Amino acid sequence: MSQAKVPTWVNIALIPVLNIMLAFLVSGLVILAIGENPIEAAGYLIYGAFGYDEGIGYTLYYATNLIFTGLAVSVAFKGGLFNIGGEGQAYIGGLGVGLICLSLDHTMPFYVIAPLAVIGAAVFGAAWGYIPAYLQARRGSHIVITTIMFNFIASSLMVYLIVNWLKEDGRMAPNSRTFGENAWLPYLHELLSPLGIDIGDSPLNLAFIWALLCCVFVWGLIWHTRWGYQLRTLGTNPTAARYAGIDTAKVTIWAMLISGGLAGFVGLNEIMGVNHNLLLNFTAGYGFAGIAVALMGRNHPIGIILAAILFGALYQGGAELAFEIPTITPEIVVVIQGLVILFSGALEHMFKDRIEGFFIRRAVA
Amino acid sequence: MFETLILMLDATMRVSTPLIFAALAGLYSERAGIVDIGLEGKILGSAFAAAAAASVFGSAWIGLCFGIMASVGLAMIHGFACITHRGDHIVSGVAINTIVAGLTVTLSMHWFGMGGQTPALVGDARFLDITFPFADAIASVPVIGPIYSNLLSGHNILVYLAFAMVPVTYWVIYKTRFGLRLRAVGENPHAVDTAGISVSFIRYRALIICGILCGLAGAYLSTAHNAGFLKDMSAGKGYMALAALIFGKWRPVPVLLACLLFGFLDAVAVRMQGVVIPGIGEVPVQAIEVLPYVLTVLLLAGFIGKAVGPKAIGRPYVKERA
Repeated sequence: MSQAKVPTWVNIALIPVLNIMLAFLVSGLVILAIGENPIEAAGYLIYGAFGYDEGIGYTLYYATNLIFTGLAVSVAFKGGLFNIGGEGQAYIGGLGVGLICLSLDHTMPFYVIAPLAVIGAAVFGAAWGYIPAYLQARRGSHIVITTIMFNFIASSLMVYLIVNWLKEDGRMAPNSRTFGENAWLPYLHELLSPLGIDIGDSPLNLAFIWALLCCVFVWGLIWHTRWGYQLRTLGTNPTAARYAGIDTAKVTIWAMLISGGLAGFVGLNEIMGVNHNLLLNFTAGYGFAGIAVALMGRNHPIGIILAAILFGALYQGGAELAFEIPTITPEIVVVIQGLVILFSGALEHMFKDRIEGFFIRRAVA
Repeated sequence: MFETLILMLDATMRVSTPLIFAALAGLYSERAGIVDIGLEGKILGSAFAAAAAASVFGSAWIGLCFGIMASVGLAMIHGFACITHRGDHIVSGVAINTIVAGLTVTLSMHWFGMGGQTPALVGDARFLDITFPFADAIASVPVIGPIYSNLLSGHNILVYLAFAMVPVTYWVIYKTRFGLRLRAVGENPHAVDTAGISVSFIRYRALIICGILCGLAGAYLSTAHNAGFLKDMSAGKGYMALAALIFGKWRPVPVLLACLLFGFLDAVAVRMQGVVIPGIGEVPVQAIEVLPYVLTVLLLAGFIGKAVGPKAIGRPYVKERA
């Protein structure tokens, strides 16, 4: 309609920033309500996240998971699908990584295991996205509900597999044996120290580089391929897509396969990069946080990187904050995350319509 | 064998109660066209508010009031986003679940400082079990005795209320003018608008009822079933209620049956821990736990019956402007 008259910077910068400011404002009120100073809290948070090398490393390590799940949510979003099952897909993706590492770490060198683990994560994650996608595309069941159900199914499946089959013999802890070091993704500080660069000890590992490569891949795929065009058409107007001869069922299924595969890469970072064994609940809500990241990043890879770093900073800074001010729990980060989803997702029209109206009127006048 | 069955049915009633409340809550909301992923968050929010108020004021009833207020408040946020600002229902639901998951822990740490719990509730701060008249006297009578005194008697008032809500909901949805309009809003809001009835107002009222019922579910968890609030104590009950709502095809009585089935499966899972069945071997507990979700997926896929939701569900209503 009159969308063209609204300056681009309003849509890609002003409105998102306004929504985030509102989310932070409300979070500040929460902190104020529990009797602490929000400015002081924000200071600790920013210092904890960016103030020293290790902090930055942790921030980027958290961001790695969030880039994967954020991309996963946004690829599905582009096709008009709400993939709420990133959590389950990441969990099963981790299973793929774990199985590859557990079966090959005694016999194979790193450069064989690593690509296989990448494939394992993608295939397992994609498989977990495939069933809901198939049911949506061919049998008309709603993808939101099925992906929620698949989160629970994944959780039970993993408990069963780890407790009954993969647990280390003679140990009580529900996790597999630790992989051999040839199945560990190298830490970035280890890779950079021979070059004389010191970035402090942190769990930041090669998976971060892979996450950035995935961003490039998604960008190319969605905006520079025929398939990406079909996906965006499906998301904008399914009827038009069908009329233009696009096989919508096929595009839906492929969108979810890619989405699930991307979510599965969380396993790469967590299982192969940091924990070095297969354990319960390593996804820790990253799948859901991916929704906030995708919404805030406006479903664009660059936006997603920025949003993931912001949320990574909240995770890391939140831990620092809880250490400095014990009355504030790390869960405050979850509150902020929820407020971001609320303001930049559910309430996105609250400001958008008015601001756009303002600029349209100004352009007309 | 009979005694075991009675015990399991008894457990079924206790486990099903929050599911029944929450699933009926979802029924009101979804029949009016509002998707409610936020059942989970409302239950959790209410559980916390109820336990906190009950421990401060020493009364389960005051706790219940606070629980309901918290839950209705959250439902109103959902309404503000979905009805007034035409936001995405699912995004709003996810937002509510996330906010509540963080806020309950943050506030309980601040108020009670017990690692995200509330103090244990004792005496009047909890809903206690009600014993029916003559329950002890009849207990020894075969068959009827155990059914009356063990299964039907000896629950707290919220359990009975949950079961009573089913016929009430049936009556409201199918036999009242409000119910007719509510269903119409979920199927064809334009028709309702043409008749001069406010779509928004009906949807807001549906969400208030939804909030009250979720409030009851949450208060049941923290002040009746358990003695206090625990971090993440709703543990997916909201999502399971959503599954039951779909499994019951958005109708009150089948929804009740779905809740009872899911509750029974839970009771079975607890019973079956480590039990070896001849010929099959040990059935993994997880296989039974996961059945509600698998069954719902199969139903949605059209392999067992067909689940068709309200037609206008999830779509914001934009009033035509001249």
